[in-house]
Amino acid sequence: MKIDRRSFLALGLGAAAGTAFTPLPWKLTDDASIWTQNWRWLPLPEDGDVTYETTACTLCPGGCGIRVRKVKDRIVKIEGLPEHPVNQGGICALGISGTQILYGGSRVTSPMRRSGDRGKNEWTRITWDEALAEVKAQINALVDADKADTIACITGSDRGTVPLLFKRLLAVLGSPNFMTTATMEDSYRAVFRKMHGLKGPVDVRFDFENTGFVLSFGSGLIEGWGSPLRMIRAANVWKANKTPMIQVEQRLSNTAAFSGGLLAVNPGTEADLALGLCHAIISGNLHQAGSVSGFAEFANLLKQKYSVDTVATKTGLKATAIVDLARKFANPASRSVAVCGRGKGTTAGSMREFMAVHALNILAGRVNAPGGVFAVPAPDDIAWAGDTVMTSAISGKTRIDEAGTGAYTLADSLLNRIPSGIVEKGESSIGLLFVSEANPVYTLSGTKNVRKAFKKIPYIVSFATCLDDTTAYADLILPNHSYLERYQDVPVRAGLSKPLVNLTKPVSAPVYDTQNVGDTVISIAKSLEGSVAEAFPWENYEDCLAKTLGGRWETLKEKGFVEGEANPVALGNVILPSEMPDIPAISGDGNLPLILLPKDSMRLWGDAVADPPFALKIVPDTELKGTETVVEVSPKTAVAQGLEDGKEAVLTTTLKSVTVKVAVSDGIMDGVVAIPRGLGRSSAEKYLDDKGVNVCELMEPQEDKVSGFDAVIGTRASLKRA
Amino acid sequence: MKKETEHKPGKKYGMVIDLDKCTGCGSCMAACMAENNVPCKDDESNKLSSITWIRVYRLTNRKPFPETEICYLPRPCMHCGGVGDQGHSPCVSVCPATATDYDHGTGIVSQIYTRCFGCRYCMAACPYHARYFNWWDPVWPGDLKKTLSPNVSPRMRGVVEKCSFCFHRYQLAMEKAYVEGRRDLEEGEYQTACTQACPSGAITFGDLDNPDHAVAKMKEHPNAFRLLERLQTNPKVYYISSREWVRRAGDNYLKNEPTNSKPRAAAHHG
Repeated sequence: MKIDRRSFLALGLGAAAGTAFTPLPWKLTDDASIWTQNWRWLPLPEDGDVTYETTACTLCPGGCGIRVRKVKDRIVKIEGLPEHPVNQGGICALGISGTQILYGGSRVTSPMRRSGDRGKNEWTRITWDEALAEVKAQINALVDADKADTIACITGSDRGTVPLLFKRLLAVLGSPNFMTTATMEDSYRAVFRKMHGLKGPVDVRFDFENTGFVLSFGSGLIEGWGSPLRMIRAANVWKANKTPMIQVEQRLSNTAAFSGGLLAVNPGTEADLALGLCHAIISGNLHQAGSVSGFAEFANLLKQKYSVDTVATKTGLKATAIVDLARKFANPASRSVAVCGRGKGTTAGSMREFMAVHALNILAGRVNAPGGVFAVPAPDDIAWAGDTVMTSAISGKTRIDEAGTGAYTLADSLLNRIPSGIVEKGESSIGLLFVSEANPVYTLSGTKNVRKAFKKIPYIVSFATCLDDTTAYADLILPNHSYLERYQDVPVRAGLSKPLVNLTKPVSAPVYDTQNVGDTVISIAKSLEGSVAEAFPWENYEDCLAKTLGGRWETLKEKGFVEGEANPVALGNVILPSEMPDIPAISGDGNLPLILLPKDSMRLWGDAVADPPFALKIVPDTELKGTETVVEVSPKTAVAQGLEDGKEAVLTTTLKSVTVKVAVSDGIMDGVVAIPRGLGRSSAEKYLDDKGVNVCELMEPQEDKVSGFDAVIGTRASLKRA
Repeated sequence: MKKETEHKPGKKYGMVIDLDKCTGCGSCMAACMAENNVPCKDDESNKLSSITWIRVYRLTNRKPFPETEICYLPRPCMHCGGVGDQGHSPCVSVCPATATDYDHGTGIVSQIYTRCFGCRYCMAACPYHARYFNWWDPVWPGDLKKTLSPNVSPRMRGVVEKCSFCFHRYQLAMEKAYVEGRRDLEEGEYQTACTQACPSGAITFGDLDNPDHAVAKMKEHPNAFRLLERLQTNPKVYYISSREWVRRAGDNYLKNEPTNSKPRAAAHHG
């Protein structure tokens, strides 16, 4: 048959019509789905009864209440606890990701003994009996050699029964070397000691809910500073009430963007601005009268060195802007407050800045005033028999970090002094180190030196829940339950306006062969027998909690938290400084053209706890791309340094040279490079492992002459096209 | 059952997101992933292939420092109703497998994974980039499988997925209501995971047609707007911003066109 035009069209139309009526295409699409989708490896989540249980989050110091959704015995979701005073139902990305810590690949699943070299995180499983016997032998060897005072302990906090059990163990063995990682709260405490002559433990609290004017010196108020969720709520109240928020920073951080009041000053001149404001307040006679000593000297210092004009030149602001700001700040009707502690406040920072900002609050009458900053006594409600005997027995001994003695009377512990001490001496002053809920190898600046020092410590026992940069240097891990598997009282500081104690509860059965660190410490003490065992008269940790907390134990178990009232301490005479310490908060080689500043966010966590997969997933590609850290520079800086957006570059500081990627952004000052904190963890699980660079590797520590803390907030750097 | 739906007008669930409150913390994204069994790959820094049902975009006013401003904009699925809420959403209209459908009872655009054969027409049709394709099989290594919720089925390689307004939460709430002899839900009974998690309280969720629900009032706010409204997709997600440049960023305006103006084509149709 000849195919002419007519039959061709007829055939075509017939085929089209036929196709429309045959079920074949629909059958094929259906089959295509079936063929391509029935993978046997696709998990089918097991169903079961759903229950909710309440507990508290400990992943940051913020102190949120959480509730977990369980399907049978699995925890499938973490949500905020609506009735908790801190977060009132909200929750951050890190808190939500807690399930991925509980079931995550970085968990230490049983006691372990190091099998590879230090720094490698290679381990052999051992039993709890073997592990405890090993700790006992290590302690006894030092006791026998009369070197028990070289036993040291690093914890993330000095609050609550667990840190205090460690402290007690050290004390009864005769060692004063109980150390905690320093935060902005330690700097605030040092300021209260320096400028109010206060002696004992004193905490800083902020009455943000009643503040009428916020002046923040680089604090990431909605980016994890203090108690993150409380701050986000407070910032929303400020916005709703049209409370002015002024953010002094070099970058349009989320806090600056949210506040709408960015005040960009030259890097490292924040303290100068605060002093310039002080000068404007005094010369305008706007200051509040009070019992102040050294006022004349302070006023003279300001006049000589920090006059409004001098400060205007130094900071790059207009003199009129400074005077205007000072006037608004000092107006009693403003109910203003000045805040410091860079970013999340997880580092101590420079005393120069803290003292200057505190002087500003003093002059405006904002210390111990509604809406302002408060000095309150630290809670002392945990008391055990024999505490005073033990304290006096070790009080004569010098601490390894020299905190509390000589030139370092303002600090309670100076962990940052340990690495340089060990490296300079060439041998370790620590004979045996315990590490619990801290990750000093990651969080101390000058990582190379820190690693060198940790390598020299003869024996390190870690009580970690997850493998991290610090466990890599440990000899033995006695793994702690995760916070979802254990009881622990967690007193919350974080600048909250009221004292708060949370209780974490075992909302999940232990997933692995781990043990509550409280129980571990008690059993170590019991194994040492004699007076050490006698100092720990409890059957186990739960018994210790019940007896220590007394009446509050039942309330805590039922409600999950106890709130108290804070009565401010009497401040007595205020001592204004007659000179300001001259510590450069920007370390490194002045010849390098740029200034490298770390940046914090609610998506990337730079402290002891590493980003779990969910939190890491939402980190923008302007902070992490592939396995490389992305640094932020201004368009002008990019042109000046020959950089291109999205391209690789080499970032160099005095300590290290690394390849990074560049993100050009309008929201940053010229000459500044912003680098995200929280990357470059070497021992977390596969999602985060070996991604980016740890900011601390690039920053040389800078010991503060006043407090002894590490004052570094940034470092000089160069950024060249790769 | 059929009679009942005929007599009662359907719900129109939607969201109002107050951009003045959003801090860009990303809680909504994480809460959504945990609620809906969204997996994580080893590398999620290629944002084109990173599955986030709700994504927080960072907008800037493109002015030089220090006049630069940032606004964070969370973007779930808009659950477009199309003109007159007749269910002609861009994605529903193009799906050859009826894998995505408009539910007139709730106004929610569904996604049925087992029907989807991965042609991705819907992704091309969606003007909001709210749909994501599974290029790889999801992996939950080791014990991470224990975090999986039985309320949402894990998706397989080769299918498209998107925000469902946590539809399983609606189903659970309805089941509970039926057991208690009710046919209607209270406002708080059905809330999405992102709404619950937001530390700022920036997201409000409810029935846009129910005058007792907060969203019904909020969407009438003078600063309320929707994304690409002039495409007549009729989205059920409203935004509020006090900043004009943000409201203008919600659509493609000509330089001299006033914000919130109707496009000429729409004006013709009345």
